[in-house]
Amino acid sequence: MRDEFSVLVGGKAGDGITEAGMIIARLYNQLGYCLYQYLDYPSLIRGGHNFAIVRAAGKKIGAPRDGVDYLLALNQDTIDRHSWRLRESSIVIYDSDEVKAPLAGGVGLPLKTFAKESGAPPIARNVGLIGAFSRAAGIEEEIVEKVLRKEIPKAIDENLEVARRGRAGLEGRSDARVDKRSYPCCPVITGNEIFGLGLLRGGLDAYVAYPMTPSSGVLHFLAKVAAEFSIKVVHPENEIAVILMAEGFAYAGKKAAVGTSGGGFCLMNEGMSLAGMAEIPLVVLVSQRAGPSTGVPTYTAQADLPFVMNAGHGEFPRLVIAPGDAEEAFFWSAAALGLAWRYQIPVVLLSDKTLSESAYSFNVEEAREIPEFGPVLWDGDGDYRRYASAEDGISPLAFPPRTGAVVKANSYAHLPSGITTEEPRAIEAGQDKLLRKKRRLVEELERLKTLNVSGDRRSSTAVVCWGSNKGPCGEVGEELGLRVVQPVVVSPFPADLFREALRGVERTISVETNSTGGMAKLIRSCGFEADRLVLKYDGRPFSVDELEERLLEVGI
Amino acid sequence: MKAQDLGTAAPNTWCPGCGNFAILNAIKPVLAELDGAGLVPKENVVVVTGIGCHGKIADYLQVNSFYAIHGRAIPVATGIKLADPDLTVICFAGDGDAYAEGLDHLIFAAKRNVDVTTIVHDNRVYGLTTGQYTPTSPSGFAGRSTPEGLEVSPINPLEMVFASGGTFIARGYSNRIDLLKETIREAILHRGFSFVDVLQVCATFFNMYDLYNRRTYALEEHDPQDVVQAQAKMVEWDYNSDGPIPLGIFHRRAAPTFGDNFEKFNSKIPDLEGKVRRVLKGYI
Repeated sequence: MRDEFSVLVGGKAGDGITEAGMIIARLYNQLGYCLYQYLDYPSLIRGGHNFAIVRAAGKKIGAPRDGVDYLLALNQDTIDRHSWRLRESSIVIYDSDEVKAPLAGGVGLPLKTFAKESGAPPIARNVGLIGAFSRAAGIEEEIVEKVLRKEIPKAIDENLEVARRGRAGLEGRSDARVDKRSYPCCPVITGNEIFGLGLLRGGLDAYVAYPMTPSSGVLHFLAKVAAEFSIKVVHPENEIAVILMAEGFAYAGKKAAVGTSGGGFCLMNEGMSLAGMAEIPLVVLVSQRAGPSTGVPTYTAQADLPFVMNAGHGEFPRLVIAPGDAEEAFFWSAAALGLAWRYQIPVVLLSDKTLSESAYSFNVEEAREIPEFGPVLWDGDGDYRRYASAEDGISPLAFPPRTGAVVKANSYAHLPSGITTEEPRAIEAGQDKLLRKKRRLVEELERLKTLNVSGDRRSSTAVVCWGSNKGPCGEVGEELGLRVVQPVVVSPFPADLFREALRGVERTISVETNSTGGMAKLIRSCGFEADRLVLKYDGRPFSVDELEERLLEVGI
Repeated sequence: MKAQDLGTAAPNTWCPGCGNFAILNAIKPVLAELDGAGLVPKENVVVVTGIGCHGKIADYLQVNSFYAIHGRAIPVATGIKLADPDLTVICFAGDGDAYAEGLDHLIFAAKRNVDVTTIVHDNRVYGLTTGQYTPTSPSGFAGRSTPEGLEVSPINPLEMVFASGGTFIARGYSNRIDLLKETIREAILHRGFSFVDVLQVCATFFNMYDLYNRRTYALEEHDPQDVVQAQAKMVEWDYNSDGPIPLGIFHRRAAPTFGDNFEKFNSKIPDLEGKVRRVLKGYI
């Protein structure tokens, strides 16, 4: 009995690869599996090579495997590039109208012809492939029809016909029957959509963004549901306008978030500093991709940790959160808005292409109980002073129009009234106020789960990871019996929890998708040493297999 | 409420003879009058400024304000207006702010016709950084970054805003305060993006009083809705020659504004958790 399956579906951009992958994921979802989908695509609109790896398992997963059980090819390229993933038991199904040099043992079906003869659009080739796959994998036809009816927006009868013909093509070739599992039937959804839903759950009023891979999925999702959730979604002229516009929303009392990737975030730096000084609550989603500069736009990296932690000139409190999976992305997106408003600070949600664009089985039950962090509001007594001194540094908020309150936000050093100052005592007092907010924030964070430990908690070898590497590290940690330590909040760094998590550890390995070990440097600045680095900077995420191999190489 | 009630305790640090005083002295009575007439309640006014000598007006006005950063007053103002359409948002920007550092925002604000008033303190020189050329400095301008004289011609901001779709385009002059008041009042009351380029003299670094006093004149018998006339008047002075300089409202037209429908899209949702769960069902 197999405990898990991997399916690779590949073709050209425009062939509907993402959709095909998601349909396959939903088929397994009906059967009680936990899903993960990795999406790989180059930076182009038509052509090239796109592929999705759908992995289904009976336990929680968040990373792909190298090997595949089913290779579904809409073109020759898919076969040529991925044959290394095949093992003896793997099944290859391909469009014989396209693939001219198939592998021995593969099953070719004239999918283009099927689509044409069924009166379906050419893109329905992918549905033919899914039909064939479902038969090979032993998935019942009723389930296939149910999922297709839900997923295919138009020409459903024609598409079902293509699927039936695909399925018939595999008749008698496989007697497989997929076993059911008992993972809860969850939504299978991309990280970006989850970030969007988390922000909505946190009470988002406005989302402002300029398109930039891999963060655009949040913009697209929120724009789609804007009316339903009564939010405003704005796409302005550039990222500078994005962050400043969001700060305008916040000044007027609306909870705003922005989203971008490294290059766009570069443009937002002056806005970060402004939010710090003027105490504007703001959530900034930064989804990392491979840099520097334009880098490799549609591929993954974790190379911006030191950047976001230090972005913006001057010293001001900020919160940087790096969720590691869909549940954490949801919880912390909602919490980020609350914390930004409670402390009147910029909060960065740090994602990457892997977390943003992979699809996960999202178990909302694991991400409930979102704590409420109400903003401190002015009670209307006396003269309003926007930056009134307070023990914890948090000045009550008021929003215009408010009778009796003149609300003066200021990027200059300012007096409690919000009027500019250059007086030495007043400058110091303003800075001290900012620092007091940070101290209170650190105390607040102690009540939250800012760090995770998984794997074998008694192991003397610790794997330190962050962000999307939670997926592969968690799984490999289980398999190899390692202690896995994952800081979720990275600034202010939860040093006490980290020390506690490393108690009894003799060897620490930092696993990161970058070339210089940003997390290793961060923990060193807190007095911890990573003995070994396992780094990957080819734009691809770690597969479970590769990570296992790399960890064994450095010695555990 | 009187104009003097709109002042603050902040000491004024503009140079003697600075044209910014005129803008401050124009906006105060206009705001007091609009408040008194019930047209714009004072608490609904939000002033947004950039950085430069002009920006100090935020400190000198006892109204809601966001003293933003260089070049970025307009996007902040846009966000505020979208957040609450009941607010009357007035941007004060310098010529360095609006035409150099933040030019993209000016063009987009005009294109969107967002209901914000932008008043540019156009002294045609960087004052606070002590005397460099700006986008509206005349060619030959010998500033501290161009001691041999500026090689390039200035832009005409009125034409630029017009080309971008601006629906209210005007010019004022700091030494013709009654006309300036009237122009600003109309700008604030205009529904849509209102743009007022104020020739505001920097007494220290680029004293143009003499030229402006000789060459400016108020537009008369001018129909701001007549596009051909408006354009002809806009090009009458190119910010370079010493030709006649018209003042007043060049162009005005009614058009839909950006974000008109936000308020109805901003009702509070009682059960966010339930709504999120319903969306999630679509992904099973």
